[in-house]
Amino acid sequence: MNQIKTSAPVLSTRGLDKSFGSLVVAKDIEIELPQGVRYALIGPNGAGKTTLINLMTGMLRPDSGQILLGGEDITALDPEARVRRGLIRTFQINSLFPHLTPLEAVTLAVCEREGISRTWWKPVWTYHDALDEAYDILKSLMLAAVCHRQTRELAYGQQRLLEIALALATKPKVLLLDEPAAGVPREESAELFTAITSLSQDITVLFIEHDMNLVFRLASRIIVMVGGRILVEGTPAEISADPRVREVYLGGAAHV
Amino acid sequence: MTSTSAALAGPHEHLRAQDRWRAIEVVFWLATLLPFLVTPNYLSLASQVAITALFALSLDLILGYAGIVSLGHAAFFGFGAYAAGILSKHGWGEPLSGLLFAGIAAGLLGYLMSFIIARFRHLALIMITLGFGLLLLEAANSAGWLTGGADGLQGVRMWPLLGMFRFDLYGFTAYWYSLILLFLLFLVSRRLINSPFGLSLRGIRENSTRMRAIGAESRAHIRKIYTISAAMAGIAGGLLTQTTETVSLGVLDFQRSADILVILVLGGAGRLYGGLIGAIIFLVARDQFSGINPQYWYFPIGVLLVVVVLFLPGGILGGLAQITGSERFQRMVRPLMVWRGKSP
Repeated sequence: MNQIKTSAPVLSTRGLDKSFGSLVVAKDIEIELPQGVRYALIGPNGAGKTTLINLMTGMLRPDSGQILLGGEDITALDPEARVRRGLIRTFQINSLFPHLTPLEAVTLAVCEREGISRTWWKPVWTYHDALDEAYDILKSLMLAAVCHRQTRELAYGQQRLLEIALALATKPKVLLLDEPAAGVPREESAELFTAITSLSQDITVLFIEHDMNLVFRLASRIIVMVGGRILVEGTPAEISADPRVREVYLGGAAHV
Repeated sequence: MTSTSAALAGPHEHLRAQDRWRAIEVVFWLATLLPFLVTPNYLSLASQVAITALFALSLDLILGYAGIVSLGHAAFFGFGAYAAGILSKHGWGEPLSGLLFAGIAAGLLGYLMSFIIARFRHLALIMITLGFGLLLLEAANSAGWLTGGADGLQGVRMWPLLGMFRFDLYGFTAYWYSLILLFLLFLVSRRLINSPFGLSLRGIRENSTRMRAIGAESRAHIRKIYTISAAMAGIAGGLLTQTTETVSLGVLDFQRSADILVILVLGGAGRLYGGLIGAIIFLVARDQFSGINPQYWYFPIGVLLVVVVLFLPGGILGGLAQITGSERFQRMVRPLMVWRGKSP
């Protein structure tokens, strides 16, 4: 753990504030994500978890504070520019391309990353490298068998995996997963999280998840948010021993 | 079965197979030659169909592929039509360079417009394109010194095509000229939609939010396809001017923008052939029905449009694809497919 802590953070926020009118959704958020760590972001509904992801990815503008990616201040950049620098998110509700096949969708993401998506005079199939890469990503997420089906025909769990496949195709440094297993049956969600934890150690992962079994099994560190603030941050052992966390989750049995 | 065997052959093979020419496509293009033999008295109508099909194809690129709605696409058609006409009126009647001029002029206008277009979607786009179309119509109307205003542009005289082929009264030259251009620009479009750029356009149509989240250059893509589409519409307009040797304000009319949208939706947007099929049905129906009753010819078109939208949301081609894609149909035709080596 010490080793990880001493390495420079890949993604960090400083004094991030955001409110909608009188509703404070983020207050003085300070986070430091070192490389390769699997972070879980937990907290009751309305704690501001998704808002935090929206702030970090540029979908929302903070009222004040800074976001740094690899030491560079990205607070003023638009979402596309952040993606090109390696800060990628997935969505809590599937946000896919219904009439594209998984192979087409992931290839699209690879082509955009490589800048080949500007060429209009050569057929896609001539780009063997891009297609092979897309296919390999799909294979690593157990989607190879359905890679030529239309996305809308895929099972829900497969669509959740495709969410991650699309994110991986952009070669992320930091991957923010907003409830990657939302709506997936429990037995399948374990499989999904195994796929997530076996991602390359170059990728820093922050995921929002309500299933505490999964969180404590798979996260190397945990951040607890309540009411737009960070309550506590630490290892799973520290978090489970923390009396304040117990208090927050007392009665919130639905999440446990 | 075909999909599994293709999957085994590698991911490229499957996409490559989609890119291949199908027998039905070859049949379609051969059939476009039929008017020369079967209905030589209708070659003028045939060239109108080819020009309208090209116009519809240009709209399909933005609407069917990139999901950019437009209710003012006649602006580019009309701009190209006037560009070709004005060039000819002022002494340069060479058709091919005139057409190039029309395409570039409309493309340039499209490029300027695209900066606004790329920022909006849906209803806002409809209103912007509609307003822009009306604006251009009024501009052409009031600039009588240039466009001839409501009287139309007089004095358009085309030189023989390639210095050899006169534009005859029967529309013989007009049809093969229009048909060749339609075919060439169709080839370009077909290439384009199967390219990485075409894939990104479909991504924009399917989910523009997600495109942002994967770092796509959506706005640059939109600007590019809008320019290409505008140039293509301008070439269609230029063709109309050159083959009819006249330009009226009708080329910029709102009705034309609406008709081309109807044609595309009728035939099936996002299928490349949809606008072509739609143009054939629409113009032949207009020709036939207006013979029966010149005033109410739009009535059957209206009925057809309602029926198609209600029962075949993907247009006529979409409906056909659904039927031919069904298991039952596949089983029926599988024995016929063997000769093409399609069956596993």
